Amino acid sequence: MGIMDEITQSIVTTFQERFQAQTYEFRGEVSLLVGPEHILAACQALRDEFDFNLLNEETAVDYWPEQSPRFHIVYRLRSLTHNRMIGLRVALDGNAPTMPSITGIYANANWFERELWDMFGIHFDGHPDLRRIVMPYDWVGHPLRKDYPLGYEEVQFSFNFDEIDVRKPYAKE
Amino acid sequence: MGIEQKLGNMGIVTLKLEEVINWSRTNAMWPMLFGLACCAIEMMSAQASNYDMSRFGMELMRASPRQSDLMIVAGRVTRKMAPILRRLYDQMPDPKWVISMGDCASCGGVFNNYAIVQGVDEVVPVDVYVAGCPPRPEALIHGIVTLYEKVKSERMKDWA
Repeated sequence: MGIMDEITQSIVTTFQERFQAQTYEFRGEVSLLVGPEHILAACQALRDEFDFNLLNEETAVDYWPEQSPRFHIVYRLRSLTHNRMIGLRVALDGNAPTMPSITGIYANANWFERELWDMFGIHFDGHPDLRRIVMPYDWVGHPLRKDYPLGYEEVQFSFNFDEIDVRKPYAKE
Repeated sequence: MGIEQKLGNMGIVTLKLEEVINWSRTNAMWPMLFGLACCAIEMMSAQASNYDMSRFGMELMRASPRQSDLMIVAGRVTRKMAPILRRLYDQMPDPKWVISMGDCASCGGVFNNYAIVQGVDEVVPVDVYVAGCPPRPEALIHGIVTLYEKVKSERMKDWA
């Protein structure tokens, strides 16, 4: 199957007209970059007009130290009726980005968006239950951000074993 | 064939109480049935027929901490798992021992990041560390035999 067959081409044209979408092609996959204000209408159109009935994946990319855009939200949609995939991307600026939740359109976005909130700190307006999903509830910070510190403890080697051993918190009986 | 020939007709053996207690503890140790990561696969292998840990008095793992006295921490401990692990340890009746199996449980291993506890000895007191990534079943069995030596060297006056 060609990358840009007729139906994909019609989707791209529609999205360029309706949402001023930018188009990317990479290794046989087409992605559309739309603004965060269009994401609900874009998902609705893909689901209802073009039969993309499954949200395969919703994830994010952190482009820190860039601030504009700091994040890209990546949606992968699949059409089971036509055996076709398409990508949606939304660029978000700043350290505390907010965007609309698509749980009303694809119900399985619920846990994806909870994970995005947990790991990247992206707030989804209209999400029914935006809690942490992977990390403990009392966790501070969002670990998959690029500016999040990697670890907390110095590694104990033979040359600094005793030094670290003094302050290592050993458990009591 | 063995000890009964030395018993004579009386059927009595005399030995120290702490020795018989330690002997009974080491020959009937009940590990707790739980695994955290890939080390658990090696732990299962150590129990299966090829390596047969029951030669050392471990017929089967207990799925309840109330019935077990040995905790084998097989795998990396995440910070989310750590309170659960400590709770399991607290539920085990005394006397109890802990084997930290593998590099991740002992010191964090290759995972020096926010999610993994850098050594399970920050959460529970560890008796024996088994190195390896993951340790082979022989290594785990060696760790258990090492623990047996430690248990056999315990003295009654320290139990109080």
